[in-house]
Amino acid sequence: MSATVGVAVFPGTNCELDSIHAVESLGGNGKILWHSSKNLAEVDAVIIPGGFAHGDYLRPGAIARFSPLMSAISDFANNGGPVLGICNGFQVLTESGLLPGALQKNKGLKFLCKTVEVCVVTENSTLTRNAVKGAKLSLPINHFEGNFTCSNETLDTLLEQDRVVLRYCDNPNGSMNDIAGICNEARNVVGIMPHPERACDSLLGSEDGKILFDSLLGSN
Amino acid sequence: MLGVSLLFSVFVDVCLRKGIADPAGSTIERSLPTLGFSNVRDVSVGKTIRFVIDAENEKEAHEKVETICSTFLTNPVIEEAEITIENLEQAERN
Amino acid sequence: MDDSLHRALGLTDEEAKKIGDILGRKPNPLELAMYSVMWSEHCSYKSSRLHLSRLPTSAPWVLVGPGENAGVIDVGDGIAVAIRIESHNHPSAIEPYQGAATGVGGILRDIFTMGARPIALMDSLRFGPLTDARSCWVAEGVVSGISGYGNAVGVPTVGGEIDFDPTFQGNPLVNVLCLGTLPRDRLVLGQASGIGNLAVLLGAATGRDGIGGVSVLASAGFSDQGDIEKRPSVQVGDPFEEKRLIEACLEIFDSNLVVGIQDLGGAGLTCATSETASRGGVGMDVDLSAVPQRELGMEAHEIMISESQERMLAIIEPSNLDRLFEICNKWEVNANVIGRVTKGNKLRILDHFEGNVLAEIPASSLHDDAPIYDRPKKKPESKKSALYENVKVSDDLTSDLLSLLSDPSWVYNQYDHQLFLNTVVGPGYEASVLKLRDPVNGFETNNGLAISTDGNHRWCAVNPRVGTKLVVAEGLMNLACVGAYPLALVNCLNFGNPENPEVMWQLSESIDGMAEACEAFGIPVVGGNVSLYNESSGVNISPTPVIGMVGKIDGLYRRPPGFELSEGNRLVLLGPNDVGLGGSLLGALHGFETEELIDVNFQTHQVLADLVRSLVSDGTIDGIHDLSAGGLGVALAEMVAKSKCGVSVARIPDALAFFGEGPSRVLVSVHPESVNDLLSRAEGANIPTTRLGLVGGDRFTVKGLIDVPKETVDSAFVTHIPNALGAGTVSS
Repeated sequence: MSATVGVAVFPGTNCELDSIHAVESLGGNGKILWHSSKNLAEVDAVIIPGGFAHGDYLRPGAIARFSPLMSAISDFANNGGPVLGICNGFQVLTESGLLPGALQKNKGLKFLCKTVEVCVVTENSTLTRNAVKGAKLSLPINHFEGNFTCSNETLDTLLEQDRVVLRYCDNPNGSMNDIAGICNEARNVVGIMPHPERACDSLLGSEDGKILFDSLLGSN
Repeated sequence: MLGVSLLFSVFVDVCLRKGIADPAGSTIERSLPTLGFSNVRDVSVGKTIRFVIDAENEKEAHEKVETICSTFLTNPVIEEAEITIENLEQAERN
Repeated sequence: MDDSLHRALGLTDEEAKKIGDILGRKPNPLELAMYSVMWSEHCSYKSSRLHLSRLPTSAPWVLVGPGENAGVIDVGDGIAVAIRIESHNHPSAIEPYQGAATGVGGILRDIFTMGARPIALMDSLRFGPLTDARSCWVAEGVVSGISGYGNAVGVPTVGGEIDFDPTFQGNPLVNVLCLGTLPRDRLVLGQASGIGNLAVLLGAATGRDGIGGVSVLASAGFSDQGDIEKRPSVQVGDPFEEKRLIEACLEIFDSNLVVGIQDLGGAGLTCATSETASRGGVGMDVDLSAVPQRELGMEAHEIMISESQERMLAIIEPSNLDRLFEICNKWEVNANVIGRVTKGNKLRILDHFEGNVLAEIPASSLHDDAPIYDRPKKKPESKKSALYENVKVSDDLTSDLLSLLSDPSWVYNQYDHQLFLNTVVGPGYEASVLKLRDPVNGFETNNGLAISTDGNHRWCAVNPRVGTKLVVAEGLMNLACVGAYPLALVNCLNFGNPENPEVMWQLSESIDGMAEACEAFGIPVVGGNVSLYNESSGVNISPTPVIGMVGKIDGLYRRPPGFELSEGNRLVLLGPNDVGLGGSLLGALHGFETEELIDVNFQTHQVLADLVRSLVSDGTIDGIHDLSAGGLGVALAEMVAKSKCGVSVARIPDALAFFGEGPSRVLVSVHPESVNDLLSRAEGANIPTTRLGLVGGDRFTVKGLIDVPKETVDSAFVTHIPNALGAGTVSS
């Protein structure tokens, strides 16, 4: 039985169809979750995709976190359901407190869209359980506010608990500790800035994202 | 008089907490000498949010605004807010 | 009534009189204001319409030609493609971020108003030199604006071009192209019909944005006095509003709820109401009180000519109104009934539906009766050229080459170019390549679309007719280099002040050149945009016709070769060695006088394009670069920089051969085992070839001319733009 992945859509979200496409190309079922609905029935995993939820006004993710859907996703996550936040999704997860830290403006003060190399730091997360620790993945980034920051105490905790999931090989945006993605303590909620759904097709340049979706789809 | 509601004008100055990197502020600070201003330091860039709020009195207004700030207008991980509240009539007089 | 009102609004005395004749009475101020914006140069094309009619516009696959909001072509599999290119030059000179941002917003609306989902943007940008601080400021702001709006609205910017030249100082060119896909049967036209139907205004509230923008900004050059007074006219865009508007409209189209739809751009409500009524052969009553307003106390003329962004006018049957409101609510898009379709042909502006008539105009007169000028043309005095035989072309070939290299990735790394998972070849190459997928279910057709934007003001300054032919030829070759055949062309004609007879001559000549090339290559022109009055302090820009060309790739199964060089490959030049320095990059670098251009031979060019296309499609070629500005030298250096491989090349005797420019020349890199096949196919097509050398090693070596480490070439390439442009501006 293939997994059903719910993909959240807020006004301004734009990567939902790409995320569904990636999920379905790997044998899963994709389903749109509208921001005003609390219905997560039959969903095995949730993706909060990239885009500009609510125009990124006030702060990216600041408004989306108050939506009915996010409260349902919080419950889902607290019950162990796998949740992946991609880019804007990562921002929503930090704003809603499901992940620690915050995403600030890129150090270079420019929007950055390019393919970068990231390193898999831990296999112990819902996103990387099928990956190999130390493996290098070629993944696109696409953001203005991807600079991860947190307090030193938080960073110590993340490192001690092996909760850094992906690290940039060549830090493009100033992120603390070169962090490209992290997970929660229970390891079922993962937030990453790179876009794995954009790396599932060799015709488009890279297939390195597949291993991450495989992990997520096998997570239930 | 119970139940009478006053209007307050609120000015929220959101800024980055000390120690949080401020590339926008640094960039501006670095550019100023090239424009001939060499004696400027501690540049930081934030944002302001203004609104009008109903409350029974100034204390209640403050409480409401603090809540709005800490739960929504600022991200406490990296930001803090300086709040200025004025009775609206008074604000208009000024 | 004040006689000078019409002049203050930009209308000539003759135009004012004509309006009086049309109405049979003196127009009131509101009516004058409406005519003044509709008859402005930007809206009416009064100086260029006469000449534009000479362009070829038809082909069996053209569904909608020029005259609608966008051109639409049939690309097979039940899919149609809408395409348009537009300029936003004057606003970008004044407020670069918002000028560029609203330019993007406007072109997007032109596409989705046809029923298409916008899936790609391209930007063709020209600024003053990188040594001029203001030009840098404008460039940074414009790129930020396109990035800020395009990324947030959720449409990828997949390619474009950027150039810096003194001619654009004070008058930047910002041309934005948009392409969208739609199922053939979802094509929507901008016309009202059906007496009793309703006109519904969707989107943002109406404010004072751009009041007089179309007439004040686009049709006037800039004076020295500084443009502070003009500042309030620039509109501010909201990409979030536009995104919701796109989704709401597409859902409305899928539900078959509209009779017609029109976007609000230049001349705002005046244009949208009059055009929909006029195209449908009907009248319309407009209720101003129903228009949601962002500011208090707006006057009638302000509401009618406001250019507030992110608004659309939908014409629907009353029975569909509730369903439309439902969809708009879902997407948090405002919708208000502001008009009714009426019998007859009058556009009436009322303060309430059953209230006072504030203006009454025959709807079609605003568009159809706009003046058509046949402005005088005069060929400029020909300048004596400094023949290069008498002038040392290059003192230091290496230094010249390095100063001509310029990597545009500083620009396109600020654009999301991957959204929608279609981008096979993104920015930075000959043409961008997108997967062609079904617009409804996303299924792959396994075919591709290719798009290229091209312009060359240096060629056109020497000879506008030949220069424009060369630009069209270049577009064709760019598409061939990715394995695509051309289907349609859209143009953006950026010229100076049309009241100057030399500028009119340039425009007319350029149009003739475009017509000639498009006829010869069988490419229909499906839309265009004219931007005149591009002058600053009385100096006109060089003529800069820009084209966008779209083509199709049948069977897109492998990534087309880019500027790839692989160790051991052979470098071969396909095409004749006829080159010159007229209108060349080298000439511009050293300030050569004008000279003749090498004209294109349409037949040779077509044959070469066909050969290139087949070599690319069957995988014979590993790397390819069409030669244009900068000639062979720049093309070779760009391949070295992008692929990080060295080359060792000979048979280039001098600077002329190295930097000279001429049409129909393509540089290819092939595996040694494929060389003979390549040469024999070229011979079979009567295409001359020159075997240049080898890929390999650490150096960039051209025997007798240049010998530097490949890192030197790469470094010059990547640092050129970032050295001048800073970290980029954060949005205003």
